[in-house]
Amino acid sequence: MNGQTRRFETFSFLPPLTEEEIAAQVRHILDRGLIPAIEYTTDPRSRNVFWSMWKLPLFDSRTVEDVVSEVEACAEDHPDSYVKLVGYDRRKQGQVVAFVMRRPR
Amino acid sequence: MPDLADGLFEAGVRKYMEMGYWRPDYAPRDTDILAAFRVTPQEDVLPEEAAAAVAAESSTGTWTVVWTDRLVDLERYQGKCYRLEPVPGQPGQHIAFVAYDLDLFEEGSVANMASSIIGNVFGFKALKALRLEDLRIPVAYLKTFQGPPHGIQVERDRLNKHGRPILGATIKPKLGMSARNYGRAVYECLRGGLDFTKDDENINSQPFLRWRDRFSFVAEAIRKAEDETGERKGHYLNVTAPDVEQMLERAEYARQCSPIIMVDYLVVGWPAFQTLSRWCRRNGVLLHCHRATHAVIDRQRNHGVHWRVLAKWCRMVGGDHVHNGTVVGKLEGDRAATIGVNDLLREDFVPEDRSGGIYFDQPWASLAGMFPVASGGIHVWHMPELVAIFGDDAVLQFGGGTLGHPWGNAAGATANRVALEAVIKARGEGRDLAAEGQDILRRAAGHSPELRSAMELWGDVRFDGFEAVDTLDRMEPAT
Repeated sequence: MNGQTRRFETFSFLPPLTEEEIAAQVRHILDRGLIPAIEYTTDPRSRNVFWSMWKLPLFDSRTVEDVVSEVEACAEDHPDSYVKLVGYDRRKQGQVVAFVMRRPR
Repeated sequence: MPDLADGLFEAGVRKYMEMGYWRPDYAPRDTDILAAFRVTPQEDVLPEEAAAAVAAESSTGTWTVVWTDRLVDLERYQGKCYRLEPVPGQPGQHIAFVAYDLDLFEEGSVANMASSIIGNVFGFKALKALRLEDLRIPVAYLKTFQGPPHGIQVERDRLNKHGRPILGATIKPKLGMSARNYGRAVYECLRGGLDFTKDDENINSQPFLRWRDRFSFVAEAIRKAEDETGERKGHYLNVTAPDVEQMLERAEYARQCSPIIMVDYLVVGWPAFQTLSRWCRRNGVLLHCHRATHAVIDRQRNHGVHWRVLAKWCRMVGGDHVHNGTVVGKLEGDRAATIGVNDLLREDFVPEDRSGGIYFDQPWASLAGMFPVASGGIHVWHMPELVAIFGDDAVLQFGGGTLGHPWGNAAGATANRVALEAVIKARGEGRDLAAEGQDILRRAAGHSPELRSAMELWGDVRFDGFEAVDTLDRMEPAT
């Protein structure tokens, strides 16, 4: 398909986020008490519901650096993949944040 | 033959307050249904008598004493007015609090509840006007209702929409387009970046646009937009029909065409709405509720039914979306009251808050939450305020604000999507949306010509020239 029409839901109509912008969103997730998690795939269509998990959700991450370093490690290991950051809310029993942070290099 | 009435039964008309309907000593029970009525009695009627009459006429009472009253445990089945408050700044108006026993209402039936609580009593001659402001539905009664077929989180998970409001648009012109042209308008919106498009409330199956043709072309629009963008898309196919059989026939076909359908829930009536809601739960179809006719019922401040009650009933019977005011657009809606209804639609517990017009604590007993829909007269400049008011769990619908874009629907959709995402991103960065909204949009327009064009077009549109008709009471008397 035409690459220009491809979208990946939230934030896919903005220019790719910079390191600082990603860090700000990670901080927001942590400040809200959400559980960060990282997923990756080479098939980013929304109908692909279950992307691969990068480790388990980061239950014990407390700092922006903890999360960002995992994102970097995932992107390093999977340079051909889209990498998504997810925020889980236990009370709502699901994701309340999800956006693609890294596109294939 | 003995005289039936001989000394045993005092026939005639008595004051309602003397017949047990005025009970200031009564302590409501956890299982009672509670109602707050705004009562405006005729000049020569005591407020207590008027309030007792409301309790009576909405429960066991009739205008005269009947001998069969004596065969009934009336004390239990009577509506009981247990409190009466003058309304500050509104001479002649009182709020009457009435408690109803749980057994007065059939399980799982808003139809039954409506027939009693907003039935004959609203035409009662001793009253100039009567308005139902709020209802407390006890957990025991709520548990007899299905509620929303799916709810907010399931809809998000199914359609992969997380961390932002859902974006939609109503296809215009409301009437007159052919099916293929209509499908084109839908496709352009969806490929441009909207999540949903919507039939208008009065599109059913007119000669120029029969329902099956519309559904078929819309299905193609959704399929193509999903293929091209990789995102999930939908269109609210209006299945409102002349009768319930035809409504269900349309729903059966619609489920192959779109993940979501819609109904004019007040127009079709409570039983038809409930039939469709249960059908949606059974068939995994999301249900969008349009509130056409609500203003006939809820607009007057002293008479009718407040919107918050119609919204509560919508959640009980069960829709996944329902229209609520926008505050910022062209439709009326007092800000605090609109926010109060957002809470009633979404939260699992809503505390009494008279400043928001909420008269009772309302537990929702795990009935799923619904998306409030903000629709009507809104455009990109409103985005920061809309996100600040509604938060993530809302559907923002820009009809004219999408289709009125000078470059067409797709560009209009893109403008709205860029504006929305820029605002969400800014919120995550800790920026103050109220103070910095315009700056956030201007920066986003730097990378989006579609947004820049929309901002130029609608830069001067304001809808704040009229005062709302239905406003909340001031908590203090006017000085």
